[in-house]
Amino acid sequence: MTTKKFMFVNRKAPYGTVYALESLEVVLIAAAFEQDVSLAFMDDGVYQLKKGHNTKGIEMKGFEKTYGALEDYDVTKLYVDQESLAARGLSADDLCVPVEVMPRAALGKMMEEQDTVLSF
Amino acid sequence: MKLSVLINEGPYTHQASDSAFQFTKAALDKGHEIFRVFFYHDGVNNATRLTTPPQDDRNIVNRWSKLAEEHKLDLVVCVAAAQRRGIVDDGEAKRNGKDATNLAPGFRISGLGQLIEAGIQSDRLVTFGD
Amino acid sequence: MLHIVNKSPLDRPSLDAVLQTGEAGAILLIEDGVYAATKGSAGEAKLKNAAGKFKLYALAPDLEARGVADRVMDGVTAVDYAGFVDLVAENKTCQSWL
Repeated sequence: MTTKKFMFVNRKAPYGTVYALESLEVVLIAAAFEQDVSLAFMDDGVYQLKKGHNTKGIEMKGFEKTYGALEDYDVTKLYVDQESLAARGLSADDLCVPVEVMPRAALGKMMEEQDTVLSF
Repeated sequence: MKLSVLINEGPYTHQASDSAFQFTKAALDKGHEIFRVFFYHDGVNNATRLTTPPQDDRNIVNRWSKLAEEHKLDLVVCVAAAQRRGIVDDGEAKRNGKDATNLAPGFRISGLGQLIEAGIQSDRLVTFGD
Repeated sequence: MLHIVNKSPLDRPSLDAVLQTGEAGAILLIEDGVYAATKGSAGEAKLKNAAGKFKLYALAPDLEARGVADRVMDGVTAVDYAGFVDLVAENKTCQSWL
């Protein structure tokens, strides 16, 4: 099977909309198809990785654990936009998984190198 | 060129399905091949045959069914997203104990693997969403 | 890369995100994104700055639908859906900034 570089761009916060959860499901399938998968988190998308989701009160399925499980699928390329973190008062220490934080321009370079970029 | 299209939103509420339709038509007119049109998130709602839009406006669902028939398009609705939102074919009705089906002609329900395959096999994958 | 923006710049930060992140390439404004290309709008100034880096396009049917086809800023080329298809074909990849 051909291997292509798939990047999944996440720019929306979790729970307010379904995109964060349902895009993760696509990531797992892409990994199962042995594609070269990377995830980019920008704008409110960085909130998806914030530690400590507790969804009992809103009675929605929490999916913070799934980010931790990505490693088991060999999905380890998680890129986070530095400016988006800073604008939201967050640092890499606030996040639930190890990520590579980079400036926007560097993220843009990574995007250019992809074969397919999916947005949700 | 082989093109695929991803539609993330349902009919009428967002322009996504309309834009995707016009793009797909234009691509076919130019002689490109549409490998697959994949419906995800609320996009699965483009596949219910139970809509009755006003007579003087476009019929989004029927338009897709007709284009699919004319050009033998592969319109795929994600099974997980369809289950969440109640888009059901015979197989799904049997599997999940539903007493009705509503899948429109020209659409088929299948897994997310079909989206990844579209990304692998196509030269370009264009996303329409919110 | 072809960057497709479908939201108005005062509604969503998508245009800003492209302008700050994207490398050279093309930006195609579609749906409500076309408002960014209108004369006198906040989007116009941002796009003018970016004109050196990106080729700028707006989808004509979306401009016309919104009654703003008569005020497209200089430097933005209006294209139809066939032109949209050509832009997708001409650029190695495309990304929709939703």
